[in-house]
Amino acid sequence: MTDNSQTPDSRVDTDQSVPDATNGTADQPRRAAKVSNDADATTGEEVRPKLRIGDLNFWYGDTHALKGITMDIAPNEVTALIGPSGCGKSTLLRCMNRMNELIQGTTMDGQVMLDGQDIYEKEADPVMVRRRVGMVFQKPNPFPKTIYKNVAWGAKINGYTGDVEALVERSLRQAALWDEVKDRLHTPAYDLSGGQQQRLCIARTLAVEPDVVLMDEPASALDPIATSKVEETITELKKDYTIVIVTHNMQQASRISDRTAFLYMGRLIEMNRTDQLFTRPQKDRTEAYVTGRFG
Amino acid sequence: MGSSGTFELRRGRRKKLGAVMAGLFFVATVFGLLVLVALLVDVAIQAAPWLDVSFLSQMPSRMPERAGIWPAIVGSLWLMGLTGLMAVPLGVASALYLEEYAPEGWLLQIIQINIANLAGVPSVIYGILGLAIFVRFVALGSSVIAGAMTLSLLILPIIIISTQEALRGIPSGIRGAAFALGATRSQVIWSHVLPAAAPGIMTGVILSLSRAIGETAPLIMVGAAGMVVAPNSVLDPFTVLPIQIFNWTARPQDEFQGLAAAAIVVLMILLFTMNLSAILLRNYFEGRRAGGG
Repeated sequence: MTDNSQTPDSRVDTDQSVPDATNGTADQPRRAAKVSNDADATTGEEVRPKLRIGDLNFWYGDTHALKGITMDIAPNEVTALIGPSGCGKSTLLRCMNRMNELIQGTTMDGQVMLDGQDIYEKEADPVMVRRRVGMVFQKPNPFPKTIYKNVAWGAKINGYTGDVEALVERSLRQAALWDEVKDRLHTPAYDLSGGQQQRLCIARTLAVEPDVVLMDEPASALDPIATSKVEETITELKKDYTIVIVTHNMQQASRISDRTAFLYMGRLIEMNRTDQLFTRPQKDRTEAYVTGRFG
Repeated sequence: MGSSGTFELRRGRRKKLGAVMAGLFFVATVFGLLVLVALLVDVAIQAAPWLDVSFLSQMPSRMPERAGIWPAIVGSLWLMGLTGLMAVPLGVASALYLEEYAPEGWLLQIIQINIANLAGVPSVIYGILGLAIFVRFVALGSSVIAGAMTLSLLILPIIIISTQEALRGIPSGIRGAAFALGATRSQVIWSHVLPAAAPGIMTGVILSLSRAIGETAPLIMVGAAGMVVAPNSVLDPFTVLPIQIFNWTARPQDEFQGLAAAAIVVLMILLFTMNLSAILLRNYFEGRRAGGG
């Protein structure tokens, strides 16, 4: 089912992200998405999805965690994955950079296409996939090294030949941390506050120059002020990166994301532009969740 | 509020019970320490008349006033050096394989259980094994290297288990973060896993080498002699401090009891120095981690 993703003129198919919304109700959001795509594509070319997930199934042992997920992630947008605990949103996120296969006893089938290339095909190297699809974790997890080395390490192991100092500065600026740490780059990262550590982790991810940045509840361990800083950073970053963020916080999803996907019990229930999904959900279950009636 | 029961707080009784417990734990600690101090003082008193430079620098002898422990000191140092060189890399590498690479399953479980069992096998059994394999089959004879290989086998399970513990203690976020940057497994291990686990690994190495330096039985099995010169190569015959002590305590004369006590003091100092340097090394690693070196 991913074959048609290669055809340049797949305008009708660009929004396959609502697999369950088969009847007429889905038409409206599709139109909305198309309008915005046209606005983005100033050159007149069709915007191809950055990531295209096709009929993805995932198991932890016998537990069927993801059931036939199909969705497109648009480039230079923030896509939010929401849903109650255990719905599979983090699992789905980790399927996008092959982090799940580091857990033993897991199986998957389906496709995850990055720029039209299946990242799970035999020739694909998970190490290279992860360089292109970076990840920021729920809990800030800087390396027990200096601030500078935290940012520089990823570039070093990936054979970066340019000016590492400039790269560190650029990455820290992108993560809105530079001004706070420029005078103490060679002090331990553990001395930073939680919010600063998380922005350091973002900078570290950016330093390997990925295409996509995955974020797994990046602000859930932070206080409101640190959270708003991280959110500002994310909004800045979508100019240069495609961002997929898992969040428990629906206000956060509505503040920072362009599109939102609602998952429930391992299935994609609904995916739409964020304003649409929150104000005019197509599915009862989505409506119940976004209005806080369950979750 | 809603419950029908009452709370009998009995604060006095609970406090008293707490105080009694604290007292018991304190007595237990003091008891152990006192026994240790008594032993050390007793040994030191016996050893005092015999401890001098010539005792350290001379050969063992039938005449107590001319007897020394030079060959035993050198033998113990050779043995520790060789054992460390063989057992530490082998043990750490095994632990890394078991923790970071080996697929989970029944085979891993069996290996794991067996390693734990091997850590509890009496050391004399390792001596018999060393005699059969290294001394006879490999034909190394009763040499330092045969002794070191035997002791390496003895401490290998301890090093593997303690290294595995250290590896498990590393916050999993560090591994995930490194993988997510596009690191290969070996890059993750060299840059993050090993440095983070180093202090824990050092602790295991200290413990196991401390055990090895006091071992007597397996070395008697592989044929460490009582009366030899200090070894000059790995194939030379050797003796070690515990064997020297054992030989002297087996003699009836009082003088030899004094010599044995003096040798014990030397062994204790050697052990203490070894542990201290290992702890300093460990603190250095820990400091580097925290300081972000």
